[in-house]
Amino acid sequence: MELDPVLLARVQFAFTISFHIIFPSFTIGLAAWIATLEGIWLATKNDRYHELARFWTKVFAVSFAMGVVSGIVLSYQFGTNWSRYAEVVGNVVAPLIGYEVLTAFFLEATFLGIMLFGWNRVPPWLHFLACLIVAVGTCISAFWILSANSWMQFPTGHEMRDGIAYPANWLDIIFSPTFPIRYFHMVLGAFITTAFVVFAVGARWWLKGQSIAQAETAMKMALGLLIVLVPIQGYVGDTAGELVRDHQPAKLAAIEAHWGGEETPGAGVPLVVFAIPNEATETNDFQIAIPHLGSLIVTRSWDGTFPGLKTFPPEDRPPLLPPFFGFRIMVGLWALMLLTVVVGGILWARGRLFSAGLYLKAVSLMWPIGFVTVIAGWFVTEIGRQPWIATGILRTADAISPVPVGSLVFSLVLFVIVYAIVFSAGIYYINRLINKGPASVSHADEGEGDDGLRRPISAAHDAGRTAMHPGE
Amino acid sequence: MEFYLPVIWGLLIATAVALYVLLDGFDLGVGILFPFTKDEEERDQMMNSIAPFWDGNETWLILGGGGLWVAFPKAYAILMPGVYLPVIVMLLALAFRGVAFEFRFVSKPNHRWWDIAFAGGSTVAAFCQGLILGTVIDGIVVADNSYAGGPFNWLSPFSIVCGLGLVCGYALLGSGWLMMRVEGALASHARRWARPAFVGLFVFIVVVSLWTALGVPRISDRWFSAPMIYLLWPVPLVTLLLGYIGWRAIDRGLGLRTFATSVGLFLLCFIGLAISNYPYLVPPTLTVWDAAAAPDSQMFMLLGAVPLLPLILMYTAFVYWTFRGKVRPGEGYH
Repeated sequence: MELDPVLLARVQFAFTISFHIIFPSFTIGLAAWIATLEGIWLATKNDRYHELARFWTKVFAVSFAMGVVSGIVLSYQFGTNWSRYAEVVGNVVAPLIGYEVLTAFFLEATFLGIMLFGWNRVPPWLHFLACLIVAVGTCISAFWILSANSWMQFPTGHEMRDGIAYPANWLDIIFSPTFPIRYFHMVLGAFITTAFVVFAVGARWWLKGQSIAQAETAMKMALGLLIVLVPIQGYVGDTAGELVRDHQPAKLAAIEAHWGGEETPGAGVPLVVFAIPNEATETNDFQIAIPHLGSLIVTRSWDGTFPGLKTFPPEDRPPLLPPFFGFRIMVGLWALMLLTVVVGGILWARGRLFSAGLYLKAVSLMWPIGFVTVIAGWFVTEIGRQPWIATGILRTADAISPVPVGSLVFSLVLFVIVYAIVFSAGIYYINRLINKGPASVSHADEGEGDDGLRRPISAAHDAGRTAMHPGE
Repeated sequence: MEFYLPVIWGLLIATAVALYVLLDGFDLGVGILFPFTKDEEERDQMMNSIAPFWDGNETWLILGGGGLWVAFPKAYAILMPGVYLPVIVMLLALAFRGVAFEFRFVSKPNHRWWDIAFAGGSTVAAFCQGLILGTVIDGIVVADNSYAGGPFNWLSPFSIVCGLGLVCGYALLGSGWLMMRVEGALASHARRWARPAFVGLFVFIVVVSLWTALGVPRISDRWFSAPMIYLLWPVPLVTLLLGYIGWRAIDRGLGLRTFATSVGLFLLCFIGLAISNYPYLVPPTLTVWDAAAAPDSQMFMLLGAVPLLPLILMYTAFVYWTFRGKVRPGEGYH
């Protein structure tokens, strides 16, 4: 069998980036959560916030380390595997990545030191500031990455000379039309992902009768945030869909499995709820569709139409299955999240949130829901962009490095092995930390501290702990 | 400006790479030295002495690679496929050692594998960086503006010497760092480790200097023709002088001086390499001008780099200052 170097390079990139995206989508939210906890602790001096902050900092440290090491890999892959891409769009995309390094990476990596190790070294307000800086850094980082990615989706502000992209207007490049909404969509996704983890972990502690006070606080904060954010994400996601309609019609047709070619006036486009799209016959097998709903959602009119896949020559169509199913997974999981927070909100309003055992059990199992949703969404957006690596500028097949197939196979195998070891270990350790809960954290404090800053906190801390857990 | 921009960017990237080599150099070095003590408490001390800094240090590597892409996309696109395998292996080695900082702590007391990952990852990453350096000095095969060599061009006796040299050099930086930052038994161990590392680095400097000066005509012309020979003779002399001061400092257990002289030696090597290869970015074909990005792109990035780099250096210094002083045995991790 002849191995296709483009496919190998794509599999490698998809593999490494899918692993990577798990960690930013968690640490963006987690950094903000830790900063919030510390802020509340500084304002109220209530120790349960401090214990939660210290606990989640440990989880953050493990997750952030995995995010860093998998991110460095990506920053070099543009050159190792996609050197034609690096050259053709380098003038335009590289400065965006460069700005990410200068404005975000250094900020995060440097203040992380204070965030993790500075508890006894700097006064609490400075520690809070470091957490805040790390949290802001993660959002700046997402800003540049989404900016670069949005430009690849729908490039503007450049001009082509001899097959190379040159910048013409930096503001148009940074703020390409799909960027603002896609940025909010991603950051909201990250906050929701984290909130579901916190919610689920709180439910787990509560059900086990462990760290009750902290579990209660964490669950209320997470649910409160989710009640606000999940509906907003529905709106933002829908707006992101409009942008796909306006700027990437082939991607939209793939998402909807809409072949077209049979337009009858007034019939509109049905919404394909489920189908097995068949690229050979250019039809859908086993289609379940709701008449007119496709028109209504996409064009906001009862019988509007939009271009079907047949409008595009086969070589310009994205692969169908990942965008089609990825989109349904993403939206389906969002609906499940919405149901969860609505039920949670009702229970909370009736004062029964903490006695609904079945609901809490279900919530405690839902920690991965955000991760799966984010990855499904990225599959929709990235595979839907194909066959272009930068829409209209460079095809993915032409972007690859002059590297022999053997090297690509070797590196792919190495990535799979190393990632399997590193990330399964990481997830195991995070799970173990979570099982131990915040109680285990406070023990680590003892024996530390000699510069006077530590003592008062520590004393208050211990007193607070006995006062707060009378039942344990 | 179009003439100077590529030169400015060449200098900036050289600075980023030099900062990377010095900063991540000492923390990789601590990892390289890790297997030389079996004492649990000493290993904890070694780890704790670098834990707050390694992540920031490593970011200079991203700036070096990212900066090369920003300012010289053509060079980036040619070099990376040329050193494909060492780059991939280096990245994975860095991944192992990077997670080891946290994993080692949370997996206690069953952390033996993460000790191995930390030491192995640090050593392999350092060795690969040497291979990459050696390959670039050796010259990259280019045809039609893209890499045209084989997948194993990076594997040569010369690049292996560079790999070993860099491992020794980082180990020296690491032992100097430990001599400064710890007390007690570990400090005297660090002093003991510094000697072979020092000898290794010095042998490497001599071998690479002679090898390139005699083996690569382009480089020997640069060093041994007038008027350069009159300007450059202090370089080897200062190297020897620093070598003498450094060796004495190790003898007397002076951490700061050992560290400072090893930094000086690294910088001299670096300047030597720059003199040998200027103005080539991808020796012997692409100069900084051939490989430069569009002036607009270089300018746009420079406008950000001019205020941001000093700011980064300032808050980096602040964090180092926050964690100043000796690392005491038994001091907690988080």
